[in-house]
Amino acid sequence: MINKKLDRKADIQILDGNHAAALGAKLSRVQVIAAYPITPQSPVTESLSEFVEGGDLHAEYIAVESEHSAMAVCTSASLVGARTFTATSSHGLAYMHEMLHWVAGTRLPVVLACVNRAIGAPWNVQNDQQDSISQRDTGWIQIYARNNQEILDSVIQAYKIAESVYVPVMVCYDGYILSHTEMPVDVPSQGDVDRFLPPYKPHAILDPANPRNYNLVTLANPRVNADGILCHGYMEIRYLLQEALQKSRETIINVGQEFGKLFARSYANMFWEDRLDDAEIVIVAMGSLAMEATVAVDMLREEGHRVGVLSLRVFRPFPKDYLIEALSKARLIVVFDKNISYGSEGATCSEIKSALYGNRINAVIRNFIVGLGGRDVKAREIADAVRKSLPSLEEGGPNIEYPEWICHM
Amino acid sequence: MDEMAEIRWHGRGGQGAVTASEILAEAALEEGKYFQAFPDYGPERMGAPIRAYTRIGSSPIRQHCQITQPDAVVVLDPTLIGIVDFTDGLKEEGVLVVNTPLSPAELRSKLGFDAGKVFTVDATRIALDTIGRNIPNTTMIGALLKAVEVVSKKVVQEEIRKRLETKGNKEMAKANIEAFERAYNEVTQA
Repeated sequence: MINKKLDRKADIQILDGNHAAALGAKLSRVQVIAAYPITPQSPVTESLSEFVEGGDLHAEYIAVESEHSAMAVCTSASLVGARTFTATSSHGLAYMHEMLHWVAGTRLPVVLACVNRAIGAPWNVQNDQQDSISQRDTGWIQIYARNNQEILDSVIQAYKIAESVYVPVMVCYDGYILSHTEMPVDVPSQGDVDRFLPPYKPHAILDPANPRNYNLVTLANPRVNADGILCHGYMEIRYLLQEALQKSRETIINVGQEFGKLFARSYANMFWEDRLDDAEIVIVAMGSLAMEATVAVDMLREEGHRVGVLSLRVFRPFPKDYLIEALSKARLIVVFDKNISYGSEGATCSEIKSALYGNRINAVIRNFIVGLGGRDVKAREIADAVRKSLPSLEEGGPNIEYPEWICHM
Repeated sequence: MDEMAEIRWHGRGGQGAVTASEILAEAALEEGKYFQAFPDYGPERMGAPIRAYTRIGSSPIRQHCQITQPDAVVVLDPTLIGIVDFTDGLKEEGVLVVNTPLSPAELRSKLGFDAGKVFTVDATRIALDTIGRNIPNTTMIGALLKAVEVVSKKVVQEEIRKRLETKGNKEMAKANIEAFERAYNEVTQA
């Protein structure tokens, strides 16, 4: 790591993750915000309502009685052509579940900040990634931030991505660990953000002067509508959503590259790579945990192990092809998940296995469940889990059927 | 390893422990250093024992785990002595800075603590003399910086001045800087 002093000429502000997200929405000039407060997301809604109330942000802040309504408002606002934003956590996101499907199915470029928090029962307000992972099949793009700079930058990029491919984007970041931790954030100027992100020009909007129908009952097979036009059946519309997500990978990378050119912080990737060049052991992690993992790599490298970190930035669409290339030299992959698909394994582990299958990569995969409900995860523990997995490097497969847990059981 | 200092603050809700950790963060930013400042993850209530944390480093900070082995522990409230185990996890060579009228030797014997370096200062009295209220956070920053200069004294004083003057309170800024200065000079080490 280079000892680089922070550039004081830049506008570095001290921001916690929630204020970084709110500022990202403000700089994106969102026009409608509908949100319901929930721990640990509440400061996002508070600061946005303050921006609107103070006249610093010309937007409608719509107070609602639930997260389900928040997303319903975002749906309607987006349909009439407004750039919309919401934020939530945990049970709030679960409560939105039905509307998440509606937004993606309607192909609306809504952006949501998900402050990752555990789901009850038992009751817990601290961090893990079970909430957003549980929404992975709703058709939203999911981006995970590792620090507060990435939160702010990702929200701004999310609008550019969403409005290019007409798929909603969820920007996810760890509750408390990022949401309530202040760190230096380089805040771009409004002028620069405006250059990067022009006003939203929807391809079609609901307009009383030009009536249209959205979300009709759609039958299984294509059929002719009232105007005599042959329209898609349900399945074709769903095919197009999958196709949009598949193709969005290029857009995500291009947008990240363009962002890099303007702001000198490139996001032209689907995942971050740390010391993968000569790594035969690869740690896979997502969010702030991936930063902690780079400290574990320092420790393991000192012991002579060739270890690197692959930090998933975009979880949906899942970057299968890109991963195959990055993992081609790996012989042992140790995947850390702050979530679990009960009865199976961690969600990112399943994804990695699925990506590698049939691609001639002969690596053993070990899966560790960590950090649920705010359980602290130290670099030392990540390093210990890798050391524990080393015999797999010598012996080869088969993979262990179920994940191992780093907890007192 | 990267050079990094981890500080844990103990106080009671309302005494400004969180603000103290933020003031240090602001000073670190001013010096072009990297930092994290965070409170304990839980409800904060006036009068309840609370903790706050600061990390300051010369390069980008990659650690996101909790601080369980701090380099420095600062105790803002003398009534926490014997109630909160604030020496827990303090590094062997770490510094403990406590607001108490006790001498460092007396505090050591009361706590049965013989590791690290112990510093004491009667910050409550200094805060009452200068600020007129029992908010000993700026005072204790002064004591901490005497024990270990994680950021420069001058920069911190400037941050305290800016923070209070933007709130429109020049008198209060002056009083807080005086409190800082007195604690810096009066703090004693075992």
